[in-house]
Amino acid sequence: MKDLSARVLNMAQMRGASYADVRIVNRTIQTLGVRDGRVQEMLQQESQGFGVRVIADGAWGFASCSRDDYADVDATLQRALQNARASALTKTRDVQLGPPEANKGVFRSAYKMDPFMVSMSDKINLLLKADSEMRRVKMSKAHLLTRGELIFVREEKTFASSEGAYIQQEIVESGCEIQAQATDEAGDVQTRTYPWGRHQQTRGFEFVLEQQLVENAPRLAQEALMLLTADACPALDATTVILSGNQVALQVHESCGHPIELDRVLKQEASFAGTSFLTLEKLNNFQYGSEIVNLTADATLPGGLGTFGFDDEGVPAQRVEVVRDGRFVGYMTNRELATELNLGRSNGTMRAESWNRLPLIRMTNINLLPGAWTLENLIADTDDGIYFDTNRSWSIDDKRLNFQFGTELAWEIKGGKKTRLLKNPIYTGVTPNFWRSCDAIGDASEWVVWGTPRCGKGQPAQTIRTGHGASPARFRNVKVFSKS
Amino acid sequence: MLGPEKLKQLADAALAHSKAEQTEILLRATDTALSRFANNAIHQNVFESNVTLRVRVILGKRTGVAESNDISAEGIKRAVDMARAIAQLQPENPQNAPLPPPRAAPSVNAYFVQTAECTPETRARAIEQICRAAAAQKFIAAGAYRTAVHESAVANSLGAWAYHVGTIADLHTVTLNDAGTASGFASDASPDARALDAAQVARTALDKAQRSQNPIALAPGEYTVVLEPEAVASVLQYTAWNTFNALAVQEERSFVRGRRGEQLFSPLVSVYDDGNARDTFALPFDFEGTPRQKVTLIEKGCAQAVVYDTFTARRDGVASTGHSLPAPNLVGPLPQHLFLAPGAASRAELIASVARGILVTRFWYTRVVHPLHVVMTGLTRDGTFLIENGQVTLPVKNLRFTSSYLDVLKNTRAVGRETKLMHDERAAMSFRAPALAVDGFNFTGVTQ
Repeated sequence: MKDLSARVLNMAQMRGASYADVRIVNRTIQTLGVRDGRVQEMLQQESQGFGVRVIADGAWGFASCSRDDYADVDATLQRALQNARASALTKTRDVQLGPPEANKGVFRSAYKMDPFMVSMSDKINLLLKADSEMRRVKMSKAHLLTRGELIFVREEKTFASSEGAYIQQEIVESGCEIQAQATDEAGDVQTRTYPWGRHQQTRGFEFVLEQQLVENAPRLAQEALMLLTADACPALDATTVILSGNQVALQVHESCGHPIELDRVLKQEASFAGTSFLTLEKLNNFQYGSEIVNLTADATLPGGLGTFGFDDEGVPAQRVEVVRDGRFVGYMTNRELATELNLGRSNGTMRAESWNRLPLIRMTNINLLPGAWTLENLIADTDDGIYFDTNRSWSIDDKRLNFQFGTELAWEIKGGKKTRLLKNPIYTGVTPNFWRSCDAIGDASEWVVWGTPRCGKGQPAQTIRTGHGASPARFRNVKVFSKS
Repeated sequence: MLGPEKLKQLADAALAHSKAEQTEILLRATDTALSRFANNAIHQNVFESNVTLRVRVILGKRTGVAESNDISAEGIKRAVDMARAIAQLQPENPQNAPLPPPRAAPSVNAYFVQTAECTPETRARAIEQICRAAAAQKFIAAGAYRTAVHESAVANSLGAWAYHVGTIADLHTVTLNDAGTASGFASDASPDARALDAAQVARTALDKAQRSQNPIALAPGEYTVVLEPEAVASVLQYTAWNTFNALAVQEERSFVRGRRGEQLFSPLVSVYDDGNARDTFALPFDFEGTPRQKVTLIEKGCAQAVVYDTFTARRDGVASTGHSLPAPNLVGPLPQHLFLAPGAASRAELIASVARGILVTRFWYTRVVHPLHVVMTGLTRDGTFLIENGQVTLPVKNLRFTSSYLDVLKNTRAVGRETKLMHDERAAMSFRAPALAVDGFNFTGVTQ
């Protein structure tokens, strides 16, 4: 690795780059899936290559290649330099990165059981057992589809820069989900997923075992079937809503995580992902949520899917405040934009999907800090409301203001008790109004670091894994309805 | 670009090493360049060269798949051995399907050297044209210009061999004012980069952005809409995924199950999939090497066929239509080259036919709310306007919709005569679609 990185960096500087960095990445992804009692998917993917990022003539260029023989390395570097010089044809100012980041270090994510050392037979049998438990639940005149998936990732990454950085990291991830989908003769389709979408952390196989997929499987299938005959969520212009912890995680991801990306704020994503309502004048000067709302961006959180040792600019992982006592106090930054706006050192959020993608400002672990309530107490304290559990659909505008989220199921709450199962529930709102209406947040016993492994951004498209520590929370005066 | 001889060598090496009963090799080589701009300057400028080899081995009723981009002799052997080991480790699947037999696919010329050899300087000049036009009107431009070469090859131990090379050039921009309160979108795409018209893209986007200033808020409710081609592409994409997919039919979650021949949609609507057409980003065979058939999904409003891969075709006792995704495939066969047949109306006539309605440039963040009826939610973006008495009158604040895409095709009252080619990189789908005039589209919210 050192030979390749040194060669690239030396050649880059000799050919006129004022800055260069190289990432050499080797990723292995193992995916196992079952569907309706049979093996659907057993796949191992290995991808390796390197990406070179340069500044030449004051502008950025990037090129990447899966092959590392001399001719390919030379051609790839040449393309990166040519791209930079073409970028310079339209530049309005030279890129400035601020003080050098010459960090050296090694980071390995922690795990107890290396998931790649657990046999694929044991893994697929775990999924088949959970699938079998779901399929044991029967109901007349209904059809049940079942599926399950496990995923394991190992990423080995070397980063080196012309400023002297040299960093090696190994990050292991484990993820899982099971799902029951019930359909009836009238064509209704109801789905239950556990733990939610695909839950994933930077941990080993012990994470999968802790989820107790088999133990939760029968309940999941029963709930999917029960939803077929449940009442539709009522349409109410303003009611009290309690979100499950996993739905709070999704809410944080979409309505807090994305709008604090500084590249969006500065319109660098305007043509695709969009911009942000959290414009620059709002920093330290905007009531994002109620006074009990505290949010952090924390790349140091053990097990979080957005946890690492150094970002893809070689900046150490950090924990920074985003919202303090309801006030908006921090963006996610990178070296260039932190320098441009005099925001101090980058807070280390540049991440690339793999060797073949340019690092972008991406969420790390964006967390809603715990409050003082158990879920049981939250429900008991609510006279009239609706409890929303497990995301089903999500949509939000390009400034991250107007959102509409649907969940797989909801419960009507009357007199402090869950009284009636509701299907097709949807709630909608405007981001700051919604967070300002938050009057109760679950405590540390309810707090889970949820993984969102499919966050898309950028062109060419790239998917990054992010984490969200969250517990259930209550919101007032929320508009709810049902799909019709 | 590696070329057919090199890819055949790699496939032959993999097949020679495999001791499985059946083996399939899927090779994909890509060289993709993309120049991205924002605030009237290029800020990201990237190139990627990658070759992936995917091996599917079948051992009786068991299948294993491995993929690697290490195409050295050792790397190929390791991928084959991994696929075999994976197959050996699993229980038998009684529904496991054998590989399809060899079938010759037609050759389609979809490669343009001017796209393959497009330089970053050429892309920069086109982008500069857009940025200068935007700056001259005190707007800022953002967008991307991509040029790519995609090679695909499939070989299997039954003797199948298929190779295709195609190019993609696409350019899009969003021009917006400094406050971000007015924006306009435009795009152009072709296999031939010479066909892209950056000046026209700039004019269209800037015209929409200029007209979008000081938008009014419209009350949610049902409106007649004129959907421009980008919005129609979204309708086609989600309808195809959820409805005209044999696996969705077999799993009883498709609206057209058991309804072939029924008049479910407007008689003005005809939709088909054709991966061999010259006026799309053609790929004449699927990821099992099966030739893609032209499949009519909707004929004058009547539900027709759905698309098949080998697995779903075997279940129904029919032939694959050549719409497989790479193995292992969880979502079933997909139409990836969709066409909505043009009608008779010009864009101006579509707008003129609407007494009161909304012109939609494109949708954003569309998500399935309920799959059977393809109920979707999403927002309008980058050019939403009120139509009154057949004229575009005022800009409108973006609206949220919660509406069935099947109802869009059912309530279509007029179809545009000009079609537009589009490519969705994330979904790996191509669309050629006209604008539509549609009654009863349900908007459920207004943005700030």
